[in-house]
Amino acid sequence: MDTELARRDLAEQRRNPQHHGHVDYERQLDHDLNRHSPPREQLQRIPGWGSDLDHKNRPAIPMERMPPRFIHVPQGQPVQQAQTVEVFCSPERPGITPIFGTAQPPKWVSGAIRRLAYKLPENDVRHWLMLIAADRVNVVEGIVDDLRHGHVPNVLGEMGIRSELRHNPAGLVRKALVTAVVVGGVVALLKRRDRY
Amino acid sequence: MLATNFRGPYRIRVSQKPDPVIEHPGDAIVRVIRACICGSDLHLYHGLVPDLRVGHTFGHEFIGIVEEVGSAVETLKPGDRVLVPFNIFCGSCFFCQRELYGNCHNTNPEATAVGGFYGYSHTTGGYDGGQAEFVRVPMADVGPYKVPDDIVDDDAVLLTDALPTGYQASEMADIHEGDTVVVFGAGPVGIFAARSSWLFGAGRVIVVDHIDYRLDFVRRYAPAEVVNFREVSDVALHIKKMTDWLGADACIDAVGCEASGSLTQTLTGRWTMLQAGAATALFWAINSVRKAGNISIVGVYGPTFNAVPIGNALNKGLTMRMNQASVKRHVPHLIEHIRQGHLNPKEIITHRVPLEEASDAYHIFSSKYDNCIKTVLIPPRAGSARALARSVIH
Repeated sequence: MDTELARRDLAEQRRNPQHHGHVDYERQLDHDLNRHSPPREQLQRIPGWGSDLDHKNRPAIPMERMPPRFIHVPQGQPVQQAQTVEVFCSPERPGITPIFGTAQPPKWVSGAIRRLAYKLPENDVRHWLMLIAADRVNVVEGIVDDLRHGHVPNVLGEMGIRSELRHNPAGLVRKALVTAVVVGGVVALLKRRDRY
Repeated sequence: MLATNFRGPYRIRVSQKPDPVIEHPGDAIVRVIRACICGSDLHLYHGLVPDLRVGHTFGHEFIGIVEEVGSAVETLKPGDRVLVPFNIFCGSCFFCQRELYGNCHNTNPEATAVGGFYGYSHTTGGYDGGQAEFVRVPMADVGPYKVPDDIVDDDAVLLTDALPTGYQASEMADIHEGDTVVVFGAGPVGIFAARSSWLFGAGRVIVVDHIDYRLDFVRRYAPAEVVNFREVSDVALHIKKMTDWLGADACIDAVGCEASGSLTQTLTGRWTMLQAGAATALFWAINSVRKAGNISIVGVYGPTFNAVPIGNALNKGLTMRMNQASVKRHVPHLIEHIRQGHLNPKEIITHRVPLEEASDAYHIFSSKYDNCIKTVLIPPRAGSARALARSVIH
């Protein structure tokens, strides 16, 4: 039986040498060669080929290099930026950084969720999950804020419907139809429930 | 001023916002003349980056003219044309002292796992970005780089992130002469990584993606062999067959958290967010590289966790290197490559769009319409550059 199996395997390997770990000895012997790399003369036709082959020409070798190059190195630590808005700070730091961004300070419910999130270290997955949850709440707050200021958001415009119309009109029609069917279905379902 | 204004996943508004002001003596205010949309901006656009607040202005690839400087700024003056690396860095902390400008410890209070970046959520420091008419540039003596007169704006803006990131990806792959390098992702960074691999002496460069027009571009531009992963039964198996069954010497992940190609990864990483993005490209990279090979990661992932075959990486004895690019470390060297004709970054720009149409520019880039590879936004007050802007909706 074993001999029969071996015979069948051998026949299969002869038919399909790329299958089942078949070893192509000729190619295996070639493993320490250049594996189909074209000759140097041919590669040198590519503009700049090998110009950074020498590791000395590589800007990041070694990865950590002192003193720093290509920058104006300031003396000492940067002056502390004045804090004018609420800025969260990772608990994995001793305190706020000398420089920070002040865009979109936290507010409302999303701000409260973020405030809780920043009580947890970055090492705690809940920190990130709470921030993502706050982001979703913040989107709703954004719509409320727009309406509060008398601005009805042009959601389709913000999503690029004009370019969709220009570059993918058939797709736009398809999406509109699918949306209409889904919305229609949900409305019909709700009406049916109301009847009972 | 006019600026992009994030309203929620897939929603960008362009609206008036207050002009930025000097908040620190080391700040400058820069009038933006070019701002790119980066592939990693799509992670923001799709709502995948935590602590992304409504009202945020995106944009970490921009150049401009210095309008105003703080009292402590010594090296810049109004009127200087500067390219601004996407990293905000102090130049004096533990990491900046070691030229790890992408890992500065003094510019991001919200997280220690990442440095400060422009326009990339509060997880990277809460700075508004450069897809606007003006932007606040902290540490103006340290970050911005005065653009030499012979470097055109279109090349300069690509030196702020995409080109240095692609170049650093290849450098981290530690390429030796004749090596076979596989680049996952034919977006701008992947294209530049493929192009840069030749500079390090690669013998073969193979790019894997599923978008044919991008593969066609990189085939000519890099030049590179290309693989459309939709047309092969298994990527790792295909790469092994292409490399005498050993695997590639180095694999570069230039995709990050929004990879296509695996239902499991897409389902858990992108649709349900059970992991920090779909790690398909990294999964394939680990399984496609040869034993004792190198993995280089520049694709962006979220801060929680990802499902990758780390056991295979151990058993194969891989070296994995990854980082956000330390842009300023590379800029002088890359400028020389541009001058010598080794690199021509501006060729990848496919769209120059008025800032007012940023909503549509994002949608086109995200949906891969109109053979879009790289989009540059040009604000109304960009001066003569504004004439280059072409509408994408008319």
